[in-house]
Amino acid sequence: MGVIQGTQRQFMTGNEVVAWAALAAGAQAMFGYPITPQNEIMHYWTRLAPEHGLRFLQTEDELSAGFATIGAALAGSLVFCATAGPGNVLMQEPISMAEMMRVPAVWVIQQRGGPSTATVIYSQQETRLTCFGGNGEGLRIVYSTSSHQDLFDYVIKALWAAWEFRFPAFVLGDGYQAKMREPVTLYDPESAGVNLPSVEPILKPEGVPSVDREPVHLRNTFNIEEELMDVLMGHIRDYLDMSSRVVESEEHPCEDPEVLVVAHGVVWRSAREAVSVLRDQGIKAGGFRPITLRPFPEESLRAAAEKVKLTVVVESAYGQLESMVRDRLYGLKVPVRSLLKPGVGVTAEEIVDSVIQFSKEV
Amino acid sequence: MADEQKVAKAWRSETKPHRFCPGCGHGIILKGLADVIDELGIHGQGVFACDIGCSLLSWDFFNLDSVQTHHGRTIPVVVGMKRVRPDLAVIAYLGDGGGYSIGLQHLISSAVRNDPITVILANNTLYAMTGGQMAPTTLIGQKTGTTPYGRSAEDTGSPFMGPEIVAAAAGDAAYVARGSVTKFAELKQILKKALLNQVQRSGFSFVEFLSSCPTNWRTKPADTLKFVNEDMAAVFPLKEHRVPEDLGVDG
Repeated sequence: MGVIQGTQRQFMTGNEVVAWAALAAGAQAMFGYPITPQNEIMHYWTRLAPEHGLRFLQTEDELSAGFATIGAALAGSLVFCATAGPGNVLMQEPISMAEMMRVPAVWVIQQRGGPSTATVIYSQQETRLTCFGGNGEGLRIVYSTSSHQDLFDYVIKALWAAWEFRFPAFVLGDGYQAKMREPVTLYDPESAGVNLPSVEPILKPEGVPSVDREPVHLRNTFNIEEELMDVLMGHIRDYLDMSSRVVESEEHPCEDPEVLVVAHGVVWRSAREAVSVLRDQGIKAGGFRPITLRPFPEESLRAAAEKVKLTVVVESAYGQLESMVRDRLYGLKVPVRSLLKPGVGVTAEEIVDSVIQFSKEV
Repeated sequence: MADEQKVAKAWRSETKPHRFCPGCGHGIILKGLADVIDELGIHGQGVFACDIGCSLLSWDFFNLDSVQTHHGRTIPVVVGMKRVRPDLAVIAYLGDGGGYSIGLQHLISSAVRNDPITVILANNTLYAMTGGQMAPTTLIGQKTGTTPYGRSAEDTGSPFMGPEIVAAAAGDAAYVARGSVTKFAELKQILKKALLNQVQRSGFSFVEFLSSCPTNWRTKPADTLKFVNEDMAAVFPLKEHRVPEDLGVDG
């Protein structure tokens, strides 16, 4: 029986939702280092720890938290880590090892303003870092959440996906989501028919090395370039093969849309609202939200953008989502405009005004 | 095949001869480790993790499940393993650059927490894999790639005294010692205690071994031995800094 009986309607902060989601998914361990705005994930996890036999270590820095997360995952523990901002920058080092070694660990990223220390609440400036940080190819699964329900659903899903596909997985939120309270439905994933992670030791599976089985030898250093490329191309093939099973997007459709508003994460809430307002004003607007930023829902975005006369990208960053969208729309004739507000929130009214203005220009 | 009988179970013949340079101390430490793992009967519990630098060449040295990590980050990886699998005997193997420079915060923090792990560090006074740059352990006056006129204390400080500093940070439950690759019997005794302190007493162990790097020192065999036994030993005393009272010495 799960830790949550049936379904429970709750009113809580995003950080508390993350801790409950990890617990509901069966996570056994968390490693972390204090940084705002993710701190309360550690607070709630450590409060829940004694009753549920959970493990936690507050490490000496984010590097240590990330590498300890990797060690626990290799030892066969369903484990996660949480960080933000400059912590996410440091965390890219362990994450690059997780990418190379296919370590199934999960990171919750509560974005904050940047670059540098900056601010702690409203931002989407860790989008590119979370998707493509590190000296590699971005072989990661990244879910961008826009509500507390998303946080609950996608923490569970990220833990499952990491072990199912053996790529590091990420849940992207921000300080606004982390700190605010809103209603959420908690549920036991198993009785709700949601996939649960299937966990097994990667190092030290059954048997004694050289007695019952060959030893497991993991490395991330290679002697020759071709050896590396062979390994990496195998990872890339696996990544491309799993993509169709992982990509997710949400649309806010209307009949024969002429304008497509694209946003992710918490900004999607404003974008959705703006689309409704525009439709009330007689402008045929539709909305598109990539839920997975890696792999990106390219086909559904192109299908939606093909039908419109204008695409407008809105984000709390200066072109991080926009560049992903432009890349995916390459070859289509639809013009792309953007409302870019790095590190601050975007209101529905601002989006409405921008769309009306852009519509006059194109 | 009478010789086969003498090979430790943890010793992986398929990956021998090993990849270290002739005269390198790593092979001696790792040979001692394989012997001690067998003598203690912990082959089934052992997990080996190695750092970056020449220590990474040990990634498939043993018949043990092993993982090669990042520079300086081997300690947190084994800490993560041990936290979720306390039944394992986890070994972190690193060089002086990884342990005393880029990863020092992990070494000190782990000692303070008394993590039940065994950390083994090879001190060869420089960064060997990258071509012989100055390390925290480089002797005063020693020429390296980045101190071509000799290390100056005024400019870059004095050699880092690893076990002395770790012993000061660690509690009574820790085992902390320094040995040398030129004293193999003592090296094995030190390794034995460093592992026993983890599997019997759940204590933190840190051991440094003076090691040799004739490739970067540009020394002939006799001078290599002299550098370890005289020059290095004059700066880095071979001694046990912390020995828990109830640590079973004879295993």
